[in-house]
Amino acid sequence: MNAAEPLKCRPSDYKSEVKPIWCPGCGDYHVLMALTRAMAALGLPPERIAVVSGIGCSSRIPAYTNCYGFHGVHGRSLAVATGLKIARPDITVICASGDGDGYSIGGNHFLHACRRNVDLAYIVMDNHIYGMTKGQPSPTTEPDFDTALAPGGTGLRPFNPLVVALASGANFVARAYSGNPNETAELIVDAIKHPGFSFVEILSPCVTYRPDQRSWKDRVHPAPVTPTDDPARAARRLMTDDGFNLGVLYRGHRAPYTPPTAAAMVAPESLEEEFEV
Amino acid sequence: MTAGANSVSVAMVGSGGAGVLTTGEMLLEAACAAGWNGLLTRSVGPQIRGGEAASLLRLARSPVECMADQFDLLVGIDWVNAGRFGDEIPLGESSVLVCDPAAGAPPPMAANAKRVIELPIAEITKAHPAWRANMLALGAAGHLLGLDESALHGVIAKRFAAKGSEVVAANVAAAAAGARAVDTERGRVALAPVAQAAAKRWLITGNEAVALGALLGGVRFAAAYPITPASDILEWLAPNLTKVGGTLVQAEDELASVNMIIGASYGGVPSLTATSGPGLSLMIESLGLATAAEVPIVIVDVMRGGPSTGIPTKSEQSDLNIAIYGMHGDAPHLVIAPQSVGDCWLSAQWATGLAEALQAPAIVLSDQFLGQAQTAITRPVERPPTGKRRVADGANLPYARYAAGGDGVSPMAIPGTARCAYTADGLTHTERGTPTSGAHDHVAQLDKRRDKLDGHEYGPLWATIEGDSETAVLAWGSLTGVVREGIAQARADGVSAKLIAPRLLLPTRPAEMSAALAGVKRVLVVEQTHGMQFLKYLRAHYDLPAEVSVLHRPGPLPIRPHEVRQRLIEGGSR
Amino acid sequence: MSGANVPPVTSVAALYGIAHRIEADAAERYAMLADQMETHNNLDLARMFRDLARAERLHADKIRELAGAIGVGDDGGPIGPWKADSPESVDLYAARYDMSPHEALRMALAAEERALAFYTDLAASKVDRTVRDLATSFAAEEREHVALCHRLLERYPPASAARPGDPDAPGDR
Ligand SMILES: Cc1ncc(C[n+]2csc(CCOP(=O)(O)OP(=O)(O)O)c2C)c(N)n1
Ligand code: SF4
Ligand SMILES: [Mg+2]
Repeated sequence: MNAAEPLKCRPSDYKSEVKPIWCPGCGDYHVLMALTRAMAALGLPPERIAVVSGIGCSSRIPAYTNCYGFHGVHGRSLAVATGLKIARPDITVICASGDGDGYSIGGNHFLHACRRNVDLAYIVMDNHIYGMTKGQPSPTTEPDFDTALAPGGTGLRPFNPLVVALASGANFVARAYSGNPNETAELIVDAIKHPGFSFVEILSPCVTYRPDQRSWKDRVHPAPVTPTDDPARAARRLMTDDGFNLGVLYRGHRAPYTPPTAAAMVAPESLEEEFEV
Repeated sequence: MTAGANSVSVAMVGSGGAGVLTTGEMLLEAACAAGWNGLLTRSVGPQIRGGEAASLLRLARSPVECMADQFDLLVGIDWVNAGRFGDEIPLGESSVLVCDPAAGAPPPMAANAKRVIELPIAEITKAHPAWRANMLALGAAGHLLGLDESALHGVIAKRFAAKGSEVVAANVAAAAAGARAVDTERGRVALAPVAQAAAKRWLITGNEAVALGALLGGVRFAAAYPITPASDILEWLAPNLTKVGGTLVQAEDELASVNMIIGASYGGVPSLTATSGPGLSLMIESLGLATAAEVPIVIVDVMRGGPSTGIPTKSEQSDLNIAIYGMHGDAPHLVIAPQSVGDCWLSAQWATGLAEALQAPAIVLSDQFLGQAQTAITRPVERPPTGKRRVADGANLPYARYAAGGDGVSPMAIPGTARCAYTADGLTHTERGTPTSGAHDHVAQLDKRRDKLDGHEYGPLWATIEGDSETAVLAWGSLTGVVREGIAQARADGVSAKLIAPRLLLPTRPAEMSAALAGVKRVLVVEQTHGMQFLKYLRAHYDLPAEVSVLHRPGPLPIRPHEVRQRLIEGGSR
Repeated sequence: MSGANVPPVTSVAALYGIAHRIEADAAERYAMLADQMETHNNLDLARMFRDLARAERLHADKIRELAGAIGVGDDGGPIGPWKADSPESVDLYAARYDMSPHEALRMALAAEERALAFYTDLAASKVDRTVRDLATSFAAEEREHVALCHRLLERYPPASAARPGDPDAPGDR
């Protein structure tokens, strides 16, 4: 098989026989649809792709694909993905999180993954809630959203993941809406192809704990601007946008992380020489 | 000490800029060049630079694994804050004190030393501004030890070569002047000379030995978050992993470092990280993940005083509990404790091979003493059995990553292998890796993970067992060397004891331990913890004889061989 | 939901491609819904969605047959020609684990009506005559489906008044 020539693939080639346990109506079904379409469009053999996740409803996604998957612990997916990609640069690594997994417990890894700029695609299914643990506020939850854990709302300003990604050095920043699976698929393809750390925030409604998010379909709209490679301009846009602008919002040119390599390799046995008396 | 001792201990103290740490290293190097063995530890104040410092050396004719009962020679360049080392530098009546009368009164610990030699450092350096105080001290110490002067001058020449011949000459002259100034029989603490050893020798720390061992064991990926006293491992690996085609990444924290190595190992590359107690605490959740998802990884824990930030620069064995029991759930894994600096080399290789072969996380439980003691040792030769990961090739379909049965080790598919894609999962899973909460699968997978570790044949490396007696001393890790020496001392008093030191702390080996304890009527447990963690571990997992006593103390004060001897004599096994 | 993001259709070949894609997407979504209902133990609905999926698949095959030598092209590749939903795909967000057959049929009806509107609009637009004729025939087909939905809806009247609701509903605790 010629590696340069994409295979003729169908999205179903990338779906496993494991049936999702997501609630009917969950936005993550669309993300799975978008992801498998993106994989088929890329034409990579499933065994050349790894999908790495943490814990949450959204983080269940790896096993629903036919690729290599890693369903780790809560918040650490980016670290696993980073180790895997650096150790195995030949594998296409996609990291998947939820807003709790990626922005709260895994927040530090998010900053450093952006900064490190390893060639990964990072997709976060943001539903502004902790779905799996049944409806607690997440870093992106609106301040007045009433929950059992924060009666009357948290009163806290939501986290702006796109601005944080940009400020931390992400090389590609995009926002998608799961209800537009084809557009989302195209953004995922773009993110995978773009060198370095590519971040796609996917607005993906939780119909069970955030039924109000069914109205997102009427709120999302294409970003009224073309993608920029100027971080200052991107920052201004992201700081002032309404949270529903879709599309590529920043596309940078930073070279991806590459580990140092030795000019000449030596046998490990020879390393003991430095200790010889 | 009489002329021609087998082992001599030297302490050098000084404050900001006196250079005692470098002096200690040079003395060890010179002794090593003269054919002796030895070890060097350092003790420093809390200041990042320029604080009070002590170099603690033990030089010996054959390799030594612990500090001696007392110091034979204390050289004080100055005494600023030297009192803080009082507990660490026990001196006896026969000990020699070398000091500058201009430096004021020696600290209280020096009062024991009845043989005092004056070294007028201030006076000499005033007359010769190019001479450094520490070179005078080095020359003096070398002379009193009976160290061949050419060996010392050789080390000086090497150390200062880059600074030019004038500097070398000045330092050689200073050392020679130091030697002349203390040229008195009264102060001799001479070490008996040895013929140049036939076997190759190394000047190495335990941390370096662990790192080298890990590379030999096959490690090709490391993730690093700095922490005392483990950073040396990571800093040694950074350039050297690259040389053998591997990679080291600096992580943002230990949560990341452990998960990075899990990711790399999932990708098929044997992986390691090194840390100390606080870092291990952060890694624990993911150690459980590596256990459940059956991803081989190696974590080196170089133990320091705990809990919390504790005493970063001092040794303790108090991470035993977290290493054995830290994980939630039933999480079988490997815990391997090196027993000496040379054993760090062996244990790291063994641990890497076992982790790979058994697809489980391995904790290498080293400690600050082993990790940071610089030692001159005979190059270890015997390599442990190698371990290779069993991988899937797509022949047995449908592929079941977690197939139970057999020896419990199921072939692991490496990403890129066609027809074997699976999702590794920390959730309880079926044989194919699908999450489940069913009792059958839960138990089957728990059994699988237990059986593959319990059923493995670990061979004689599981423990060091020496001697035969109705009395046994049980110790582990760096206390093994202390106990070995304590037993030797007791033997001179006609008291015998058997040494049993498990290297493999987990999985436990009840049958092997029973065999080792056959005929043993009483047991002395020796450990460096406050809470008697090792004793409790032994009681939980092994049948001990009725008579059990324990010698335990937390860091930072080391347990010394004579304390073991004392307890054995009191125990009265003739 | 709207089909507003459908690309312009200017040839018979393109229309066969789009039409095939519309039916294939609809079939995929009904199959997903059937899976979801199976997972959530709403077995009657699972059966209904499975039937709908089968019908859409047959429909897709029929279009391929009709296209004959013209073919359905590669019907847009793995990623469809529209951003959001194809005109006939059901609104997945409207799905609920405990929905009634009536609600499910309403979802299907809405999808069929969108498809009908799409073909009717196309038939009335200023495109090539051959395209308009084909669109008209597809519209007739969709009209039949709409009628079928209405008939089925009579058989499954609204159950909401009768349905007691889930005492263990998520979010209530
Ligand atoms: C260390 C740890 N803390 C807490 C949890 C419980 N937990 C599981 S998922 C989750 C939040 C998931 O939220 P998010 O990432 O937004 O995913 P969603 O379910 O919304 O897709 C939490 C707190 C856990 N599994 N592990
Ligand atoms: S709880 Fe919310 S996020 Fe989780 S599966 Fe249900 S709808 Fe999706
Ligand atoms: Mg969420």
